[in-house]
Amino acid sequence: MAVAAEAVVEAQVIEHRRGFARRWYRTPSFVAGVTILGLIVLAALAAPLITNHGPTSQDLLNTLQGPSSKHWLGTDDLGRDVWSRLVYGARTDLKVAFLAVLFPFAIGTLIGLVAGYYGGWVDTITNWFVNVVVAFPFYVLIIALVFALGSGTRNIYIAITIVGWVSYTRIIRGEVLVAKRRDYVLAAKSGGLSDARILFRHLLPNVVTQAIVFACSDIVLDILAIVTLGYLGLGVQPPNPDWGRMIADGQTYLTTHWELSTIPGIAVVITALGLSLLADGLADLLRPE
Amino acid sequence: MSEPLLRVRDLQVEFGLARGTLRAVDGVSFDVYPGEALGLVGESGSGKTVALRALVGLLPRAARITGGTVEIDGVDVGAAGEGRRRELRGTTVSMIFQEPMTALNPVMKVGEQIAEQPLVRLGMSRRDARLRALELMRLVGIPDPERRVRAYPHELSGGMRQRVMIAIALSGNPRLILCDEPTTALDVTIQDQILKLLQKLQRELDVALVFVSHDLAVIAQTCRRLAVMYAGQVVETGAVADVFREPRHPYTLGLLRSVPDFDAVRETLSSIPGSPPDLASPPQGCRFHPRCPFVQTDCLAGAIPLLELGDGRAARCLHHDRVAADVRREPVIVSG
Repeated sequence: MAVAAEAVVEAQVIEHRRGFARRWYRTPSFVAGVTILGLIVLAALAAPLITNHGPTSQDLLNTLQGPSSKHWLGTDDLGRDVWSRLVYGARTDLKVAFLAVLFPFAIGTLIGLVAGYYGGWVDTITNWFVNVVVAFPFYVLIIALVFALGSGTRNIYIAITIVGWVSYTRIIRGEVLVAKRRDYVLAAKSGGLSDARILFRHLLPNVVTQAIVFACSDIVLDILAIVTLGYLGLGVQPPNPDWGRMIADGQTYLTTHWELSTIPGIAVVITALGLSLLADGLADLLRPE
Repeated sequence: MSEPLLRVRDLQVEFGLARGTLRAVDGVSFDVYPGEALGLVGESGSGKTVALRALVGLLPRAARITGGTVEIDGVDVGAAGEGRRRELRGTTVSMIFQEPMTALNPVMKVGEQIAEQPLVRLGMSRRDARLRALELMRLVGIPDPERRVRAYPHELSGGMRQRVMIAIALSGNPRLILCDEPTTALDVTIQDQILKLLQKLQRELDVALVFVSHDLAVIAQTCRRLAVMYAGQVVETGAVADVFREPRHPYTLGLLRSVPDFDAVRETLSSIPGSPPDLASPPQGCRFHPRCPFVQTDCLAGAIPLLELGDGRAARCLHHDRVAADVRREPVIVSG
């Protein structure tokens, strides 16, 4: 009987090991998200291979051209190839967005861990700061901060970090409040382990999932923020290609050449959609059974 | 006899609740000598788990020690700082919990969890800690440890998980292990294996055990001495064999008579009427008097002291001789 029971446990082990690999392609939103985002990232990485014009090279004799075999999506008011600018713009915007999500993720998670675990006055002060930041609308605060700090990618990172950490802190703090009451934390304490070890080795891996899922949708917000800042002239500096700047530049010719603003707009929408689907799928896959 | 490894004197633990203070542990005293096993018996809410947690300074936030002393290996735990207490945990005294599923970290491989204390507390190298983990897994009877070392807790059966828990408790080479209902969550057959394992470890490694359980059979199998707790107080102590043969407190008698006896020494299975008192407002006098079949008017007069009865026995009952007489009239179980 014991042998039979062992065999059952054994089968369950193998079942679980294959779990993620077996389930991921059965989650439609995850597959769709990975496909969309994968194609965009691939295009951004392979930018020099799939474009035949530099993103900043001007051709003033061929401005505002329609789509052709030479310029797949036509040219803008300075004769720059729209397809090249779109692909190189993906490079800039994705890179900035991924980096911009990393800092608030790390800082917010750390603060959330400490506030949730120790509670007391640490928690009270943290909550006070969180409430102050949350009281302002996300975009308004970022735009105001970048306006005050000056444009450029470094200041975008700083502004997004100042505003963005609160979401991670709130998520992690809530998860830690529940997790720290679990027996395994008590067991770790009864083994004489230090608080730092309990926090990072035992609690963090148990609570970080929700923050990772949120980070995927947070990138969407960040891309929108970066594009908005670019549109307002506060973002990535010209002549570096950026979708926000492309939308702003095309605006002048909206009545005659609507595609100049619309194409980068569609790129933003598709990227956001891909990331949202990915976040959705991840949440499904990482949810504990 | 040598010095006790654990000396508890008049321990008091209180919970600060919205509706008032609740004294969960009220004047508990006991000693545990090196290599010895002591049983702590009582119903749910009798304060046994709280007392155990207080010993290592891991009480819930609402609770605090309001009196008495706890000495582990000569160190006054109450007077020592948190840093010193942490030093004691794991390497001098460790704990085994009731529910191994929740007491193991779900996202850490069991090998890592067993190797953790050797690594960070005993300062072993990564390689040595890993070897130590394998050695401990073999010691607690986990088959095929080379493979199971990489398993996650949910991939193991309940019995295996509890073995892992025991291996973790042993990993810091402690001299005292506090077991909080270590077999309650397990099947009866597995329960027996785990108890035998703990006994074997106690004998071979010379570790002392404090066994908290509501199950008298578990205590009978593992311990030589026991303390029966009721409403936060120790109501009877003594050698397990003596107490089981001739209980001197009506609560102990009630517990023993409510255990099914398949040797059919007695024919009826009784239960103790009523339920344990609300500790926020305990009864006047003897705390057991509302449920006691032997109750007299003098039981209500004031707090009852723990009366020494010789042979290391004591009972918190004014009428212990009448209890003993009742046992002689109708014996309780002697099996086990």
